[in-house]
Amino acid sequence: MEQFPIIKIVDEEGNVALSEYREKLTKELVMMMYYHLIRTRTFDRKCVSLQRQGRIGTYAPYEGQEASQVGSALALANDDWLFPTYRDHGATMTFGHSLVRILLYWKGRNEGCVPPEGKKIFPPSVPIATQLPHAAGAAYAEKRKGTKNAVIVYFGDGATSEGDFHEGLNIASVFHVPVVFFNQNNQYAISVPIARQMKSKTIAQKALAYDIPGVRVDGNDIFAVYFETKKALDRARNGEGPTLIEAVTWRYGAHTTADDPTKYRDQEESKRRRECDPILRVERFLQKAGWWDEQQISAMQEKVHSEIEQAVAEMEQFPEANPTDMFDFVFAAPTWTIEQQKQMYTTWREQA
Amino acid sequence: MTTTVKTNTLTLVRAVTDALRTMLREREDVLVLGEDVGKNGGVFRATDGLQAEFGEDRVIDTPLSEAGFTGAAIGMAVNGLRPVVEIQFLGFIYPAYEQIMTHAARIRSRTLGRFTVPMVIRAPYGAGVRAPEIHSDSTEALFTHMPGMKVVCPSTPYDAKGLLIAAIEDPDPVLFLEPMRCYRSFREEVPEGKYTIEIGKGKRIREGEDVTVIAWGAMVPIAMKAAEEAAKKGIAADVIDLRTLYPLDRELIVESVQKTGRTVIVQEAHATGGVANDLIALINDECFLYQKAPVERVTGFDVPVPFFSLEDYYLPTPERVLHAMEKAVTF
Ligand SMILES: Cc1ncc(C[n+]2csc(CCOP(=O)(O)OP(=O)(O)O)c2C)c(N)n1
Repeated sequence: MEQFPIIKIVDEEGNVALSEYREKLTKELVMMMYYHLIRTRTFDRKCVSLQRQGRIGTYAPYEGQEASQVGSALALANDDWLFPTYRDHGATMTFGHSLVRILLYWKGRNEGCVPPEGKKIFPPSVPIATQLPHAAGAAYAEKRKGTKNAVIVYFGDGATSEGDFHEGLNIASVFHVPVVFFNQNNQYAISVPIARQMKSKTIAQKALAYDIPGVRVDGNDIFAVYFETKKALDRARNGEGPTLIEAVTWRYGAHTTADDPTKYRDQEESKRRRECDPILRVERFLQKAGWWDEQQISAMQEKVHSEIEQAVAEMEQFPEANPTDMFDFVFAAPTWTIEQQKQMYTTWREQA
Repeated sequence: MTTTVKTNTLTLVRAVTDALRTMLREREDVLVLGEDVGKNGGVFRATDGLQAEFGEDRVIDTPLSEAGFTGAAIGMAVNGLRPVVEIQFLGFIYPAYEQIMTHAARIRSRTLGRFTVPMVIRAPYGAGVRAPEIHSDSTEALFTHMPGMKVVCPSTPYDAKGLLIAAIEDPDPVLFLEPMRCYRSFREEVPEGKYTIEIGKGKRIREGEDVTVIAWGAMVPIAMKAAEEAAKKGIAADVIDLRTLYPLDRELIVESVQKTGRTVIVQEAHATGGVANDLIALINDECFLYQKAPVERVTGFDVPVPFFSLEDYYLPTPERVLHAMEKAVTF
């Protein structure tokens, strides 16, 4: 534990805890972070409500984890890679994913896996931890191409129990490739608390086994997340290899909208956790710095709302899903079995 | 059934719980393990209340590690326990595939019977419930192809309980597939206490002379619906719920196909390499001279199960089955 203390730059009350960062916390940077924080939170809440109204399917909310997702994604450069899970659309939208596509994903549309042109955002990994080796491989390719691009890969605390976690870290370490393993330790894997998931006291310490740096940050402190991720990405770009970051955070809501957390989690705990809310913390900081500007902030909220409403409208007007896509994208050129099945099926549907 | 047997009206998922509870009470060596099976009672509530009744060392919340807990269960099974592993969705069994393929399924033959693996792996499976991607796979053929595994797939509450108890008592590893779509779709009288249904035996669920329809899991109600529609058109179907996918119920299939001479197989899984193909091979071997028409297959396609906006297009429907039945009968 002592070896991996939780790094905090701004504390719960909005005070700067590490004075050497005071200069770096410019108004511009903080306002930009705040904008992304409220944008992701508003979007997440909108998705939960769309699910309740039956306008999208089962949804995985991230409320409470915004500082981890936004802070880390803001540290990326445009040409970097991002490998997310099903809960990281806060990170992907901050990195430039389209809101409409994210909504389409939750509406059960393959179109939702397609990132904007030029954006290296992989489709969300649904099987736990399987994306970690991909990230190591993508980083290997960047290294071989001789670029300065880095890779970030997201995963939860439960994911650290899977073989793929260890295999991914090991491969990245052996090949010394530019990848940041970004763990969001929200302390539960569905119903299983971290204490039943692993015996080690931190996730960061698992880095020791692979002889790579392990860092533990306050995942509700966007500044700590941002600057530590940036450092790790810089190390990656400079040929100094992979890093494991553990962002300690908490998700207020259910695992997904199909889940009932009252069965296994003390709901009072989630209420208490709101006191250390990542957005509240930035608001407190802004107020203390004398930068809290009601007008500017309500204009920001306005902008976020209209952007999200616009995306929802576009999602709902998106052309109907095309059944033949199912056949057309399995191979570059369809095999005879698929061609035959497609043809028989299409004929049958036309007759029926 | 004698009138003294008490019954309960249960859904399929409750019948699974009932089977597990019955066996946890009956045998000290039985234990249940997997992700979220304890305090949460499983994401489908299949293990609801079991940890409270039997304790944390018999109903075990494991770390999130399919290869880890399935491999551990193999070790438990070779060492005198009867583990029942829950895989949260069949689509997440693949990390454990190596353990099942390279160890569970072949320890008996590798050691000439010195070590055996009496374990059960339960997995909800199948599309049609609007689940997210990867949650809808029906890749049972990966396991029927695996020498040394039995594969069971009930479609009713009564069968689920009897087959699960039989699977737990079976001396070999059994993959027990639970069709998610049937979990809560209807209720049925299920006897209290222990009873078994023999693994390897299918069930005729409708009697007819014109065409044999073979289905399993969530395709059984689809086949029955098609058979009812066909009856209105004067086609009498012999409908078989396969219940066990490996080993197949040779007697029942052969008897039915020799009677009707026409067969339609309804399979949710992809076409190539599926269980339907083994059924056709069996029919070819044993019923060649009785055939009046080529065997018809209604299957999912050779494509990854699409996201839920398209899953209805992927899945066999009663209309597609009826169409195949008419084709077989009018050949
Ligand atoms: C291989 C695999 N097993 C099981 C699941 C089902 N499942 C989905 S999310 C989840 C818990 C993941 O917990 P964690 O890694 O901590 O991430 P979080 O959901 O908390 O963000 C489980 C067990 C899965 N998706 N993949």
